[in-house]
Order: sequence, then structure tokens, then C-alpha cells
Amino acid sequence: MSILVVTEQRDGKVKKASYEAVRTAAKIAGEMGTTVTAVLFGADEAAAKGMGGYGAAKTLHIADDRLNLYANGAYVKAVAQAAEKEGSDVVMMPATALGKDLAPRLAVRMDGAVAPDVTDISVDGGDITAVRPVYAGKALIKVKINSAKKVFTLRPNVFSAGEAGGDEAAVEAFAPELGDEDFVTKSTGTSIASGKLDVTEAVNIVSGGRGLQGPEHWQLVEGLAEVLGAATGASRAVVDAGWRPHAEQVGQTGKTVSPNLYVALGISGAIQHLAGMSSSKCIVAVNKDKDAPIFQVADYGIVGDVFEVVPALTEELKNHIGS
Amino acid sequence: MNIFVCVSHVPDTTTKVQVGGDGKAIDPAGVTYILNPYDEYAVEAGLQLKEARGGEVTIVCVGPDAVKETIRKGLAMGADKGLHVVAAEPRDSFGTAKAIADALKDRAADVVFCGRQSIDYDGWQMSGLLGEMLSIPSVSVAAKLDIAEDGSFTAERDIEGGQETITSKLPAVISAQKGLNEPRYPKLQGIMQAKRKPIEDVEPVPYENRVEVLEMSKPPIKEAGKIVGEGPDAVKELVRLLHEEAKVI
Repeated sequence: MSILVVTEQRDGKVKKASYEAVRTAAKIAGEMGTTVTAVLFGADEAAAKGMGGYGAAKTLHIADDRLNLYANGAYVKAVAQAAEKEGSDVVMMPATALGKDLAPRLAVRMDGAVAPDVTDISVDGGDITAVRPVYAGKALIKVKINSAKKVFTLRPNVFSAGEAGGDEAAVEAFAPELGDEDFVTKSTGTSIASGKLDVTEAVNIVSGGRGLQGPEHWQLVEGLAEVLGAATGASRAVVDAGWRPHAEQVGQTGKTVSPNLYVALGISGAIQHLAGMSSSKCIVAVNKDKDAPIFQVADYGIVGDVFEVVPALTEELKNHIGS
Repeated sequence: MNIFVCVSHVPDTTTKVQVGGDGKAIDPAGVTYILNPYDEYAVEAGLQLKEARGGEVTIVCVGPDAVKETIRKGLAMGADKGLHVVAAEPRDSFGTAKAIADALKDRAADVVFCGRQSIDYDGWQMSGLLGEMLSIPSVSVAAKLDIAEDGSFTAERDIEGGQETITSKLPAVISAQKGLNEPRYPKLQGIMQAKRKPIEDVEPVPYENRVEVLEMSKPPIKEAGKIVGEGPDAVKELVRLLHEEAKVI
């Protein structure tokens, strides 16, 4: 009956996107007269109990060393077994790299379907309806899953996790039945640049475009990002030119982001770029062309040369944040 | 190697999306359709694998007659033949995967490539759906791929803030990320040859969409904000506004 939420941790720390999913599921569960059961792979018992602070009644804690690294076959089987045990027809998870990989296999295993990367979810006459951006955010569709089993992935940074409350989730150790055949496909390790924030997880983003004129000027973007505690992003033009890696590309063929603050430096604002960032809560643009389309979506704009404006802005913010 | 590449027929990225008359899908009037950009990496991966190991590459697409044009783009790049699952009505991701899985199940695929997402419905689901339906491994968002002679392979997939190394073995479904390779441009000769390459039509099993679109809408139009000023002199006022009005710093 309960809504199952698949949560993720990295280095023992539960990801914020997972808390967002638990909190959101708890709201939906409340309206449907049921509760939330979190599934936690790895981490410790404190983390499992801590799910209660975000609204989970119970946590199925899977402490199996073979699952410390992602293996989609084994994860699918484990979650499907958890759903069966809990009688859960609805499974939610964050639309992270892991969630996006896991959800479709899980949906087929459960004979259901996925509504992916949703940005709004509600209960409407007893049915769950969800809204998700399509065409890279140029349109939204409201959808309903008609199969009995339903999987939703929730876009990170869109739903609020809220503050952790004092409640603890009831923790139940859960040992899924897994065989060697479930580990044919497995992660053998990850390489995460330490201290580097990903644009999809960042609260603030500073992005640079062609206006920076060359990769040697990227320290302007990085300097401002450092002051704001922001991740760095890039326009497609800059990635195609080889100045920056594709992982930083924001836009239709890159990543879709919705940070609190998005600062666009020397980005004119091609429609493909706007599609990936226009849902940011506050957008600042610096561009020397006053007619650049980026100013159509920016909350605040400065018309000027990035080489003059950005150092001044970085300095002013340093003083402001320092005081 | 028996290589299949699943492609999607999608509106060009510069399309200004308008909601169509039924309020549930876009208005196709005036829209130019292209081979989904991520699928170009998938086609290239298929072609490179064929060049290294031999075999043939089949381009697969589900949709109405118009998608043949997109299959031909893959053939023009160098694929050998097409497989068109003729579905006149739009299908959700599950239904599209089901149509492909049914078409492929008796064709002994060694590897199935697709793009990480189609840029219309942005589902990121195809590799996982197909892998599970065909009961073979799947790896999504592969930015690097190294397939050994014995069929075991290593892929690097992009994850938040870095990469994850995945090992698995063929047969498998692999979705391609930008960076996996540099897709070739079709040459004139390839375009001419593509017209004569065979495209097999297959009928899918009827399917009722599991995910129902209730309505499509345009996101609320953001009003253009204010130009705070020109040049570095405007910086002080900008910081004040970010702090006092927007409250983001």
C-alpha cells in the first residue's frame, strides 16, 4: 500500500534529491491515506532513521556490500522485491543519473510505466497526476499513468525537502534475494571531481558563453562561481568549441537546470540554451548586446563587457558576502 | 556482429513549440524533423563497431510513414538496412520500446544502440525499457565504450559531478551520450545509396498507451526583467537587488 521511495547516498551521506523525493511522496501519501517507505542502499542506521525527518514512516535498510556500487539488474530486483513485500503500487525516486537508469527497467519488471523527470505531482480525484517538461522545457505535459504500477522520477532541485523534523523512521533490515546473474552489469567505481558541484545539483550556477572569447578567460566564470558557491556551466557554443567539457553544458542537448540563481555571462541566449535554464528561480545576465535574447528571460541584466563587469561584480559580492 | 540502432524522428532543436488543436501534443505545422541528435552518436557507434568487427547495421524506428526519412539519414551515414515498425498513432515510451522489443526478439541482436534521450519527450528510458523487455543488460548515457573480442565491455557513463565505470557483456542495449564519438556527415554518395537500401516494414502488436497525456501547455511566459544598468557601475545596484528584492544572496 505504502508509496516506496528509492533513496541514494554517496559516501554515506544521503543526497538532497532523495530527501526531496521522500518529502514529496509523503505529501502525496498523506492525501491518499497511506505512508511512505524509503528504500536505502548502504549508509548507516542513523541515515535510515533520519528518513523519518522528511516524512517516511519506515525505511527498508539494505546493507549488502555488493550493492555499495550501482548494479542496475540487482537494484531493479531489490526494489521490485521491496515493492512486492510492501504491497506498493507507486514507486518514486529522484531523476538522478541512477534514478533515470533504474526507473525504466523497474517499470517493466513491475509491469507498469514511468512518468519521468516530473516537476509537479498531485492527487486529483484519487489519481496521481504529474507535470513534466518536454521539448527541453518548451512545453509541459500533464500525465496520468493508467497501469496499476506506477513509477515517477522527480527532477532534483524542484521539490522542497524542507527542514528535517524530529521524527524517526522505523528501520527494518531488508536483504533482497540476489544471485550472481544480477551483477552482470555493474559499476566498478566512480570518478568524482572532489569539491566540484554538478550543475544539476547546484543551488547557484554561473555559466559562460562565447562572450568570454576563449578558454583562457574561464577564471572569470570560476572566480564569480567561487564567491557564490556556485557550479560552473557553459553554453553549447563553448562546449562545441572544446573550451569546456560536455558535462557542464546547459541547454537542450546538455543539462536542464533549475537553480535558485543562474548567472549567464556572455551568453546570447539561443532558444536551445533558454530551454535548459529558463525555469531557474532568478536569472542574471551580463552581455554587451542589449538586444540579446537572454535579456528576455533575465530578471536582472547588465549591458556591458564581461571583462569589465564580471571582475567588479565578483569584488562587490565578495564584500557583500564577507560583511 | 548483428548491430541495431534505434532512432527517433524529432522536431529540430530550433523549433518554436506551439500546442496543437487537441491540446495534447504539438502543432506539427511548419516543423522540420531531424534525426534525434543523440541518435547520431548511436549510429556512429554502430558503424564503428561494424568497421572493427564486421557484420551489419540496421536502423530501427517506430512511427508513421514520415519516419522513413529519418531511417534514410541513418542509412546515408552508412548503415546497411532499415526496420520500420509502422505505428500510425503516437506511442508512449513503453509502447515504443515494446514495438521494438517485439520486432527484435527473434533477430539475434548482438548489440542495440540508442541515444540517451529523444529531444522531444525527453524520457531517457529507451535503453532500460528495451534491456528489460529483451532480458539483456542495459547501460545508459555511455560517453565511452570499449567492447572486447569476447563481448565483455566497459562503458563510462556520466553521473552527477563525474563518471561511473560500468562493466557488462553483450548482447546489451547501450544508450549514447554526446562525447562517445564524432558522428560522420553523410556524403553525397551515401545519400544516393541510402535511397536504394532496403527498409523492412513490420506491423506492431496493438497497444494502448500506459501514460496518458491529459493536456499540453506552454510554460508561463517569464516577463523580461529589468536592465539594471550599463557597465561595471551597475554592479552595486545589482547586488543590492539580488539581496533585498530577489533574496537569493
